[in-house]
Amino acid sequence: MNTTGFTVPQLDYAALLPMLVLFGAACLGVLVEAFVPRPLRRPVQAGLALLALVVSFGTVVLAAGTQTITAGRAVAVDGPALFLQGSIAVLGIAALLLLADRTSDEQPTEAFPLVLFSLGGMMLFVAANDLLIMFVALEVLSLPLYLLCGLARRRRLLSQEAAVKYFLLGAFASAFFLYGVALLYGYADSVRLADLYRAVGSSGRSDALLLAGLAMLLIGLLFKAGAVPFHMWTPDVYQGAPTPITALMAACTKVAAFGAILRVLQVAFLNTRWDWRPVLIAVAMVTMVVGAVLAVTQTDLKRLLAYSSIANAGFILCGVAGLGPAGTASTLFYLASYGFTTVGAFAVVMLVRDADGEATHLSRWAGLGRRSPLLAAVFTFFLLAFAGIPLTSGFISKFGVFAAALDGGAVALVVVGVIASMVIAFPYLRLIVLMYLSEPVPDGPTVTVPGAFTAASLALGVAATLLLGVVPGPLLDLANRASEFVR
Amino acid sequence: MSDFPFLTVLTVLPLVGALVVALLPVGADLLAKRVALGWSLLVLVITIVMCLGFEANGDRFQFVDSYAWIPQFGARFDFGVDGIALVMLALIGVLVPVVVLASWHDAEPGRRSVKTFFALLLALESTMVGVFAATDVFLFYVFFEAMLVPMYFLIGSYGGPRRQYAAVKFFLYSLVGGLLMLAAVIGLYVASKGELGAGTFAFQNLVELNMDPDLQKWLFAGFFIAFAIKAPLFPFHTWLPDAGGQAPIGAAVLLVGVLDKVGTFGFLRYCLPLFPDATRSFAPLVFALALIGIFYGAFLAMGQSDLKRLVAYTSIAHFGFIAIGCFALTTQAGTGAVLYMVNHGLSTGALFLVVGFLAARRGSVLVQDFGGAAKLMPLIAGAFFIAGLSSLALPGTNSFVSEFLVLIGTYTVNSVVAIIATVGIVLAALYVLWMYQRTMQGPLNPAIPTTLPDLTRREAWVIGPVLALVLALGVYPKPVLDIITPAVQATMQDAGASDPTPTAISGGGK
Repeated sequence: MNTTGFTVPQLDYAALLPMLVLFGAACLGVLVEAFVPRPLRRPVQAGLALLALVVSFGTVVLAAGTQTITAGRAVAVDGPALFLQGSIAVLGIAALLLLADRTSDEQPTEAFPLVLFSLGGMMLFVAANDLLIMFVALEVLSLPLYLLCGLARRRRLLSQEAAVKYFLLGAFASAFFLYGVALLYGYADSVRLADLYRAVGSSGRSDALLLAGLAMLLIGLLFKAGAVPFHMWTPDVYQGAPTPITALMAACTKVAAFGAILRVLQVAFLNTRWDWRPVLIAVAMVTMVVGAVLAVTQTDLKRLLAYSSIANAGFILCGVAGLGPAGTASTLFYLASYGFTTVGAFAVVMLVRDADGEATHLSRWAGLGRRSPLLAAVFTFFLLAFAGIPLTSGFISKFGVFAAALDGGAVALVVVGVIASMVIAFPYLRLIVLMYLSEPVPDGPTVTVPGAFTAASLALGVAATLLLGVVPGPLLDLANRASEFVR
Repeated sequence: MSDFPFLTVLTVLPLVGALVVALLPVGADLLAKRVALGWSLLVLVITIVMCLGFEANGDRFQFVDSYAWIPQFGARFDFGVDGIALVMLALIGVLVPVVVLASWHDAEPGRRSVKTFFALLLALESTMVGVFAATDVFLFYVFFEAMLVPMYFLIGSYGGPRRQYAAVKFFLYSLVGGLLMLAAVIGLYVASKGELGAGTFAFQNLVELNMDPDLQKWLFAGFFIAFAIKAPLFPFHTWLPDAGGQAPIGAAVLLVGVLDKVGTFGFLRYCLPLFPDATRSFAPLVFALALIGIFYGAFLAMGQSDLKRLVAYTSIAHFGFIAIGCFALTTQAGTGAVLYMVNHGLSTGALFLVVGFLAARRGSVLVQDFGGAAKLMPLIAGAFFIAGLSSLALPGTNSFVSEFLVLIGTYTVNSVVAIIATVGIVLAALYVLWMYQRTMQGPLNPAIPTTLPDLTRREAWVIGPVLALVLALGVYPKPVLDIITPAVQATMQDAGASDPTPTAISGGGK
């Protein structure tokens, strides 16, 4: 996939292995779809996908410490890339467990290879050292997601609308990205990040090319990250997509998008930071405030979580705007810890069901704490983590990004961030009130007993949220050591 | 000082107890209560042993435990107590068993789980101990916020009819303050990074920073607003009457008796020593707010018809005195403020407990549902009276000593504030005596069933120790003052304040 026609580039297979495993397994999955008899297909597909992710994670671990640029300088495998690939693999496992579980509305088995393709694309996206490869990865990760969004068995119209909306807006964003790449090529005569870095200031061409190109590139990336004002798709898509896919998007896509943003800004455009940093700070502020304020007004749980994810994109941008290794490290930590919590939260959403599927309207959750105290306690814990209460990972991550932003001199950003944190605490709190302190609705939803896979995913979410809140040292250390980009 | 890690044990032990109680089988309510009581008494015993081992004139921070936690942030599990924190730990140690015993039947009438109630109480104790024992600002913040969670569920699940509203209001107010403080904590961290090279949260290192006065003002504001909401100081007080009025009695005692002290404790531990310049610039503002609080709280207390809300408003008035004592920046006033924190915990705790007895009998806490009740319940009326007298700071009760120290300590530096505050004492007498008169004296309200029992044995064990402490500290406060004074002196030294008349220090110790 990384070969070019004219000269065969050197491939460092060890460094590329995490992606190769996923793409290989995805292709195998297509064959499984064609040749394995229907009754066996589901277990085989699920087993294959999980195995591929575990192996991929293993290869990421084995590659730890690598600092190399390979495949004709198109792929950079360095600390951030490996950290993000590891996060994508683990969060991918957590989301895939939800997809594989019998208690979920069964997705067609094609979903498994599609997820693997998408995850492989994400891994390439965060390691792309070349804007064209980055674009290819963007499409590889996006196209399967568009399809996956439309696969819901229930509320099909909502699901299909989500898929079409995501596809159209996503295509639009991709076009922006590509246009940006073209302009930057015009500026620097190259699409490699390192060449762009060198070209800044020495190119002699108009800065308009550089700035317009960068702006368009960022539009494409911020769209995927779900930052305001490119967030419009998020609530509709999160609501319409099957919940395991929503979990996948909220956790893994976010990791991938921010990974790419970090790399592009830090590797290629570090010297133009005086131009983009104010814009980034403004976007972060608006994202936090809009996400938090609109979350307050939501009545559907999945939409609420979508707006919460928008607000969290704003918090993550604080870390990105913090610049330097500290900013990168805090962003990496935030992405990983937020991913675990958000997959867990969506897993809970999957379990609370009505006659016609998941009961996502808030009013249906009234008194849930009375009927199934354990599930309500778990969900409360996730909500407290979203709100950034200490002893959860949410607090440590928020602390990290705010500290990085303040260290970088962005005082106003931190103040806005703190205010947004207050605002967004309200919807979470209202949900806790609803579950514990309100009378149960008479014909309330039933709580499905989670299957082994969902239970495993939930346990992973709770354990990670608690451990990263109480003993964050090891992961922080890992993030700190992984914060140097290779150029 | 021994090597026994007292503070770590005191923080962790109640949490273990909470887990034990929570994991008891469903329906084992009596067992849950007994375990909770036994556990809290065990904590009390350890606290007493620790207090006996405290050397009043020894190191400033004693029983220091320190463990690595998050090296990347420079945050550590640092525990240590000075005299101020020690007396607060003692107050917690005393009040929690009392509250457990007082709440014996509180969780039963509803369909709520009894064992969860007691597990939450023990979890709350753990966070309360942690918040006073932490000497690492990050750790302090963690406990400061974590404290909200058990209290939120105590109010929200076991409180009065408007409990949801009260619980959410409590949580949001505290969270707003907490997040502002978070911004200031991060600011402090970044400032320490700039000056020391590596960021730190250790109180001992942060005290030695020389911060720019402008930066100090901003950071001070962050901490101050958080503590002022917690304390609560006018105009950040509106959550307290709701929370105090709706909380179950046990939770109300701990809320007003201990949780709110975190605010005033925070003034003394963090605002004054860390931001001395800002403290001096903001002191007049604090005085103004505190004075308004004294009068506002007193007038609203008079106007209340709900006894729990009434007691909550008296607390707002008392917090005015404590805040004045903290910001007068003299050892005498500071000592008085700390002693007042202890005394207020005892006297308001006693008032809430008696109100709880009344509520359990009459099913109401409205003033008009009582009247002449002393004829039926002479012992309860007596306890109510003593608690009330302590609340109005009658000589011979504990609060008198502290109020007096605050006022003379303040007079030496700011006579106007002291004189205005003194008028507040008169108002205190008014609202307390009027409350007592309307509920206990006069003709018996015919609506009260004449079969209401007087103090039971359990209730006697609840209120007895508290009233004994009220009287004992009123007559002989020296042991407590001896512990507090050196710590307050050190605090004032950090704040760069010198006492106007050196003899005043020795006066504080007598």
